[in-house]
Amino acid sequence: MSNPFGNRTSDLLDISGLTVALPLGGRHRTVLSDVSLRVGAGEAVGLVGESGSGKSMTARSIVRLLPAGAHTEGSIRLGGADVAALRGPALRDLRRRVPMVFQDPRAHINPVRTIGDFLTEALRAHSRTPRRAGQERAVRMLEEVGVADGRRRLRQYPHELSGGLLQRVMIAAALLTEPHLLLADEPTTALDVTTQAEVMAILDELRRERGLAMLFITHDLELAAAVCDRTAVMYAGRVMEVRASDLLHQHPLHPYTAALTAARPCLDRRAERLVTTAGRPLSAFEAPDGCPFATRCAHVRQRCHDTRPGLRPLAGGQVACVRAEELHQERAVPHE
Amino acid sequence: MAAYLMRRALMLAATLLVSSFVVFAGLSLAPGNPLATLSGGRSLPPESVAVLVQRYHLNEPFLVQYVTWLGNAVRGDLGVSIILRQDVSDLISSRSGTTIALILYAALIVLVGGVALGLLAALRPGIVDAIVVMSTALVVAVPPFVAAIVLIGVFAVRLRWLPALGNGTGLWEGMRHLTLPALALAAAATAAVARVTRTTVRQEMGREHVQTAISRGLPYPAVVRRHALRNAAVPISTLAGMTVASMIALAAVVERAFSLNGLGAYLVSAALSKDFAVVQGISLVLVTAFVLVNTLVDVGAALLDPRIKLGGRA
Repeated sequence: MSNPFGNRTSDLLDISGLTVALPLGGRHRTVLSDVSLRVGAGEAVGLVGESGSGKSMTARSIVRLLPAGAHTEGSIRLGGADVAALRGPALRDLRRRVPMVFQDPRAHINPVRTIGDFLTEALRAHSRTPRRAGQERAVRMLEEVGVADGRRRLRQYPHELSGGLLQRVMIAAALLTEPHLLLADEPTTALDVTTQAEVMAILDELRRERGLAMLFITHDLELAAAVCDRTAVMYAGRVMEVRASDLLHQHPLHPYTAALTAARPCLDRRAERLVTTAGRPLSAFEAPDGCPFATRCAHVRQRCHDTRPGLRPLAGGQVACVRAEELHQERAVPHE
Repeated sequence: MAAYLMRRALMLAATLLVSSFVVFAGLSLAPGNPLATLSGGRSLPPESVAVLVQRYHLNEPFLVQYVTWLGNAVRGDLGVSIILRQDVSDLISSRSGTTIALILYAALIVLVGGVALGLLAALRPGIVDAIVVMSTALVVAVPPFVAAIVLIGVFAVRLRWLPALGNGTGLWEGMRHLTLPALALAAAATAAVARVTRTTVRQEMGREHVQTAISRGLPYPAVVRRHALRNAAVPISTLAGMTVASMIALAAVVERAFSLNGLGAYLVSAALSKDFAVVQGISLVLVTAFVLVNTLVDVGAALLDPRIKLGGRA
C-alpha cells in the first residue's frame, strides 16, 4: 500500500524523542520520556506495558488529545506532516484519518444519542454526506463488523446494546471515515472473554482487508503477538524493546519483556505458583536516573543505575538495556 | 410512550384532585365568616341571611359543598365574586393574559440568559468564569421583591429607560411594561440556571464520550452543542421547569410591586377583602398551572434522556 498522504517517507507514523509532562498536583510530571516509534503503512504495531506505562498517552499524543496544560517535546510526524503544527480544520482532518477505538464503549459513546447518530455524525461533519447516504453506509459497515439488522440498530440507543455490540459499533464508526491509521486502546479489555475473541477477529480481519495501519495498545503480550507485526514494550513512560512480535514474545531481549512473558500463566503447563515481578510498576516521573527497571530487574548491575540506556539495534529489533548482548548470549537463543 | 403518557395523565388527575381539596379545605378553615363579608359587617334580617346561605350553600355539609364546588369548577363555573358580583371565571380570564405573558417572558429570560451565561462560564475558565460565578452567587440570593425595587430604582427612576408601573397597551408598549417585572421575576432563577449549566456542561466536557467526539475530529461548536449541552439539557430543563413553576406563585409579588393587573395581584387583593370565591378560583387555577408545568417538565426529561424508563415501574 502506498503512503496515503502521498509523501516520500515510507513510515506512516514517526514518533521521535516524544517527551510529555502533565500538570499533576501543581507541577509538571513526566509521563512519557524520549519515546520513539515508527508505524509503516499497513503495518500493525503493538504497544504493550503495565497500567501507567504511557501506552495510552502515546496514542493520545498522536491525535493531540492530551489534557490541557501538557508540555510536549520531540516530534510526531504523520505521513510526513508535523502533528504539532496542525490547527483547526487540518487537525480535525488528522483526527478523522486517525480514529481511536477506546477501551470502554459504554462510556465513550454518548448515551443520549442514537447509534445511527453516532455512526454518521463524523461523516456529516466532514464530507457533508447527506443523512440518507450516511445511513446507508453505516448499515453496510455494521454488516461488515458483524452487526445484523443495521436499520433497527441505527434507531437504538447505546443502553439497548451489549458491550460487544457496542464495541463493534465503535469499530464501525472508526472505519467509516476511511482512516489511514487506527489507534486501538485496549479495545477488548472491557469485554467478556468470548466477545473479546470475536471483536478481535473482526478488527484484525477488517484491518488486513483494508491494508490499514494500526497501533494496538494492550497489556497482553500474547494478544499483541497474535495480531501485530511488531511489538513495542513500554515501561515507566519509555520504550524498552521493539521487535517483530513473534521474536519478542518467544525470545525477549529485555529483562522486563522477559518478566512480562513469564508472568503470564501458561495454559498447557501446571504451575505451582504464578511468577511475579517484585516491586510495583513505576511512573515516568518516579523512575530512577539510570535504567527505570533497575529497581526490579533480576539481572541488575551497578552500571544499570549509572546511565540510562537508549534504544540500540540488536537481533533484528531495538532494545534499551546495557546488558542486552550478554543476556542474549547467555540465553543461547535457539533461532540464531 | 403512550403508556407512559397515560400513566402521567392519571397521576396528573390525582394530584389535581388532592390539590383542589386542599385549596377548598384551606379556605374553609381560614378565620372569618363568609356571611360577615357578604353582609359587609351589618346585621341582616334573617330572610336575607337565609337567601345568602342558600345561594352559597353555606348550611350544607363540608363534603357536599366541596363536591358541588368542584363539579361547577370542572364545568368552568367558579362561582360569583362576593365583592364585584361577577363570575369568577370571567374575572380570572380577563387578568390571566398579563400573568401568562409575564411568566412566559420571564421563562424566556431564564432559559436564554441562564444557559448563555452558564455556557460562557463553563467554556471560558478564568476571568469570565469568575465574573459569572460571583455575580450569579449574588443574584441567586435576591428575592423578586428586592429585585423589583432595585430595577425600578435604576431603570425606571434614574435612567428612565422603561416604565415602572401599569400594563401598557399594544404589543410594543405591553412588552416595555413587562420587561422590568419579567427581569425581577427571572433574576434569581436565571442565576440558578446559569450555575447549573456551568457545572453540568463542564462535567460533560470532561466525559469520555466528549473525548470520543473530539477524537473524531468534530468541530468544537458541534462537540459543545451536540454532546456537552445536549447531555446537560436534562438537569438544566428540570431546574428551569421547577423555577418557572415557582414563578406562578412569585408572580403575585411582582405584579403587586409593578401594579400589573394580573392574577397574582388579584389573588392578594381578593384574599385581603375575603372574597373567598375568587381566592378559591385563582388558587385552583394557579395550582393547576403549577402541576401542569411540572408534568410537562417530567415528560420533557423523559424525551431528552432515553435512559429514563418510560414503561413499567421506575
